[in-house]
Amino acid sequence: MPPNLHNLTIHEARKLLNSRQISSQELTQAVLNRIEQVEPRVKSYVTVTGDTALQQAKEADDAIANGETTPLAGVPLQLKDNMCTLGVPTTCSSRMLESFVPPYNATVVERLHAGAAVVIGKGNMDEFAMGSSTENSAFFTTHNPWDLARVPGGSSGGPAAAVAAGECIYALGSDTGGSIRQPASLCGIVGMKPTYGLVSRYGLVAFASSLDQIGPLTKDVTDSALVLSSIAGHDPRDSTSIPQEAKDYTKALTGDIRGLRIGVPKEYYGEGIDPEVAQAMRIALEKLRELGASVEEASLPHTRYALAVYYILAPSEASANLARYDGVKYGYSDHEEGSMWEAMEKTKQHGFGPEVKRRIMLGTYALSAGYYDAYYMKAQKVRTLISREFQEAFQKYDVLITPTSPSVAFKLGAKVEDPVQMYLNDICTIPASIAGIPAISLPAGLVNGLPVGMQVMGKPLAEETILRVAYAYEQATEWHKMRPEL
Amino acid sequence: MTSPRLSQDEVQRIALIYRLGLSHEEIERLRNQLSDILENFQVLDQVDTTDVPPTGHSVALENVMRQDEVASPLSKEDILANAPRREGDYFRVKAVLD
Repeated sequence: MPPNLHNLTIHEARKLLNSRQISSQELTQAVLNRIEQVEPRVKSYVTVTGDTALQQAKEADDAIANGETTPLAGVPLQLKDNMCTLGVPTTCSSRMLESFVPPYNATVVERLHAGAAVVIGKGNMDEFAMGSSTENSAFFTTHNPWDLARVPGGSSGGPAAAVAAGECIYALGSDTGGSIRQPASLCGIVGMKPTYGLVSRYGLVAFASSLDQIGPLTKDVTDSALVLSSIAGHDPRDSTSIPQEAKDYTKALTGDIRGLRIGVPKEYYGEGIDPEVAQAMRIALEKLRELGASVEEASLPHTRYALAVYYILAPSEASANLARYDGVKYGYSDHEEGSMWEAMEKTKQHGFGPEVKRRIMLGTYALSAGYYDAYYMKAQKVRTLISREFQEAFQKYDVLITPTSPSVAFKLGAKVEDPVQMYLNDICTIPASIAGIPAISLPAGLVNGLPVGMQVMGKPLAEETILRVAYAYEQATEWHKMRPEL
Repeated sequence: MTSPRLSQDEVQRIALIYRLGLSHEEIERLRNQLSDILENFQVLDQVDTTDVPPTGHSVALENVMRQDEVASPLSKEDILANAPRREGDYFRVKAVLD
């Protein structure tokens, strides 16, 4: 049996599983051993479901033995803890949902199980996916495997750290303003936010419904394409699901980008971006040019308004979505004393953490009488202009390439007291969320020994194009083979 | 859009709309933080949005229809399993009317 099974990618594990050189039970046990070894330092899991994972691994082994193999069969994954799992707590890393056990599976979870996947546990996150460092988890902070004194990014910090640390082979996260891409960047792995509506949101605990999207966190681009192929496709239970069937995205991984037109929007390389990150990106762009793509400076002047648009729209939608947590039907409840209104106030006061309260207040303010037009409606109009600007850019370019994050991983505690500084971490990822377009982050260098992520954005439903570019770059470099030492 | 610093009363008014309980310390901290954040929103004043329609969803789907088929919903037990307080097959709530 090859050593260090926990370091395998999905496609490497697939070959070994299908040729019966390893079993899913061995692979799953190896990952559980790895969790035992490093989890006290990384702290990426809210819940580990070892026994059911081994049971699922046994079923996967049976399926593979019967020739019923699928791309993900028998390969252990972590789910961010905001995707509903039947009979397994789904907490959103919040006191509010600490004891919530869903009576159904999210569509993505159903699809994974239909392909004999092995769910090994649920990943830590910023409470209700609100944050960029996973420090907003109500339970504990996750540590970056590259430097345990630094944040893993957020809000999918648990899933990103788990993949980087070998505590799962891959993970599913959710991305509202960068929550897959930014932690992938900070942890040196691949993270993709598909086109809004490509992956069903049914069973994903809602944060900002017009922006939320589920996507893969993986060790390389091939794995990203494999996972996307298994979870994408129309779902009648999500009314915003795009009526398009799933396809095999690995067919896009040709390695050939000759003649491809790359736009480099200058707004993502100047103020607010760490010069060393920008420099790493310039080297990466040179590599893409060597591979035969044309690389040209572009301009998207409305980029500078995206952060304000996002921090009006996302909290507004969040304030509506989180109004359901009143302590009556499920979740935390403080209804022992006082009137109905007092009980509701106390439930929210003690069930929600500081960042969630901040965004609820911001959203309630932006939607309240007298401010609705000035904030919410204005932000929705600027959203239109940002989308149009992307549409125009994609008439000229096949993809747009930027840094994923303005800096490499920062120190734990460095920004937690200053929300405005924390919000700036999302400056490069938010525009694609607002426009609903697909974007992938992949490793593209190191600064001071910490990973830098490159973001590739494409037009709506151009997942194949961004995967093709990402794969060509990955195969021409060695960054994706780097693993943190733990 | 002008953005004066929020007052404590203003913060309390917003909290009341949402029925969100806040301590005195929380009110004071939020007053400062929300004021700082709102100040950053003023950048949108620079954008001319005359005749620009608003975007609610990036993917414009309209009138999503499906077949009206009979299916089994979750059982009452499943639904009530997470109830903080129940009485028989009902969620138990506080009196709504005085």
